[in-house]
Amino acid sequence: MSDRKLIDLVDITKQYGDSVVLDDLNLYIRENEFLTLLGPSGCGKTTTLRIIGGFETPDKGKVIFDGKDITRLAPNERQLNTVFQKYALFTHMTITENIAFGLKIKKKSKQYIKDKIDYALKLVNLDGFGNRMPDSLSGGQQQRIAIARAIVNEPKVLLLDEPLGALDLKMRQDMQYELIRLKNELGITFVYVTHDQEEALTMSDTIVVMNQGYIQQVGTPEMIYNEPKNAFVADFIGESNIISATMVEDKLVNILGANFVCVDTGFGRNQPVDVVIRPEDIDLVKPEDGIIKGRVTSLIFKGVHYEMEVMANGREWLVHSTDLSPVGSEVGIRVDPFDIQIMNRPESEDEEVVTIDEP
Amino acid sequence: MVNAIKKFIQKFYLGIMLLFLYAPILILIVLSFNKSKSRSKWGGFTLDWYRSLFESSDLLTALYNTLLIALLSALGATLLGTMGAIAINRMRKSTRTIMMSITNIPMLNAEIVTAISLMLLFIAVREFIPNFQLGFLSVLVSHITFNIPYVILSVSPKLKQTDRSTYEAAMDLGASPIMAFFKVVLPDIMPGILSGFLLAFTMSLDDFVITHFTKGPGLDTLSTKIYAETRKGIQPEIYALSTILFGAVFLLLVLVNLRKDKNQADAKPRR
Ligand SMILES: Nc1ncnc2c1ncn2[C@@H]1O[C@H](COP(=O)(O)OP(=O)(O)O)[C@@H](O)[C@H]1O
Ligand SMILES: [Mg+2]
Repeated sequence: MSDRKLIDLVDITKQYGDSVVLDDLNLYIRENEFLTLLGPSGCGKTTTLRIIGGFETPDKGKVIFDGKDITRLAPNERQLNTVFQKYALFTHMTITENIAFGLKIKKKSKQYIKDKIDYALKLVNLDGFGNRMPDSLSGGQQQRIAIARAIVNEPKVLLLDEPLGALDLKMRQDMQYELIRLKNELGITFVYVTHDQEEALTMSDTIVVMNQGYIQQVGTPEMIYNEPKNAFVADFIGESNIISATMVEDKLVNILGANFVCVDTGFGRNQPVDVVIRPEDIDLVKPEDGIIKGRVTSLIFKGVHYEMEVMANGREWLVHSTDLSPVGSEVGIRVDPFDIQIMNRPESEDEEVVTIDEP
Repeated sequence: MVNAIKKFIQKFYLGIMLLFLYAPILILIVLSFNKSKSRSKWGGFTLDWYRSLFESSDLLTALYNTLLIALLSALGATLLGTMGAIAINRMRKSTRTIMMSITNIPMLNAEIVTAISLMLLFIAVREFIPNFQLGFLSVLVSHITFNIPYVILSVSPKLKQTDRSTYEAAMDLGASPIMAFFKVVLPDIMPGILSGFLLAFTMSLDDFVITHFTKGPGLDTLSTKIYAETRKGIQPEIYALSTILFGAVFLLLVLVNLRKDKNQADAKPRR
């Protein structure tokens, strides 16, 4: 990934009738980046992607591609290709004809087209499928053909809208690795849309978390997971304990009546905040060693770990641990200072959207 | 035993039904091969009536008119109907439902009402363009008009099946909107267009009422010709002609239905 901006979305606003789908959205995508738009269904991911692809025109704002304003260019005039959620293969054409479609329009030579098709079929591991019809292929195979059809045109950017959404779990996992491999082999920019946080964490260089048409946070998967900027991101990315608390002073936060040492500074004295603590970051210790005491109320075996709920200071704490504490036992709760993530509580109306509306 | 009787009654009932439906046409067909001019005596097999039919230039002109009008009106209706279906398909759902109902009404409307209103329209046109005569053109326009709904009805389901994203995918791969339509959308809906064309052709071939009211004095199609002839007294050539007409329509309908079955069989494995 280079530092050069390839796509720049500037102040994009899009409305359908009265409902504002994207409100003053700003985002840049760097060359060779694997960028994922992540968010609950209906938050505007597809709309954003369609604006980049040229299938929608924003009401306000600009789309800059490689330094040029392409906001009003038609899809067939843009140097990018899309992989659609439902494959969108041409059912009356063979696989070969499907893949050759874009190259024939660009009037490439017969030999060039043939070489490209052979190369693309090998790349997606579907050598020898050229004469089949799309209907005779499985969902995963069809999706790989859709990818092959897009990449033979050597786009600078590949746009993918939930390309694995229709596949079953096993196939989806295989395809995730396949996509990462493709991205590395081709060295092009991927803009990927998904509502699946695991998929986003696995594949992306950069994740853009969206909610109700607003960007909530942009960052690497580690940043998004470990340092969520607000309660929405924390809740959407994995399970977590999100608790209202008060900052006592720099590096000290009062959670449900007990003082915890943390690493954050600059919030001001007695400032109300939200804290996020990941379930795997809570250590269960002997009652007298804990910062607060509690009682285990439920226990589920999850394979790699136990999932427990601990009632302490008037709240259920979600805990993941490889050590078992039986239901009813008394435990102490400790959290390492750098595992406590402090977030500003939303105040203005603009920030209001970030409040959690998804279970 | 009871079962056997039940079976027999069922078969008998079906037989009677078919007899009532097809006996008149069967009699017509038989008479067209009857050497005797009598309607009640079999005078031996002959093809004379068919021969003299093809020697009668009046009837041949009528046949030519019928086929030409059927072909041209089917082509016109297919073009306009397909364009209409595409436009309707892209409307919002509420508008689409209203438009589909509007296009369906002429099919359910009594034919005589459509015929008379078309006639009145052409007479009104004559007020403004005195040179305009009822004739080939007015019949052609009428046939195109009543055929359009049938084409829309055959093309619409195919359009609904095709995914809009294939059209977008074609543009994504560099095709202009027009190219994307001809290369991707049109092949997908072609079976519906062909069925619509055949149906329109059959309907035009078959029509009497609308032609009768819009044709004016100079022009005759087979159905109006036969009608005129029967008023003078039925000649056996008319049996021959009617048999041919029935055969042609029957063949076309079988073709349309075979296509429909095939389309449905094709459509099943798709999502
Ligand atoms: N063509 C359209 N007409 C009206 N509303 C639309 C249209 N496309 C999308 N929307 C609305 O815009 C919002 C965002 O949609 P979308 O971008 O598809 O979300 P996502 O892909 O994140 O699920 C949704 O509320 C959706 O109903
Ligand atoms: Mg979407």
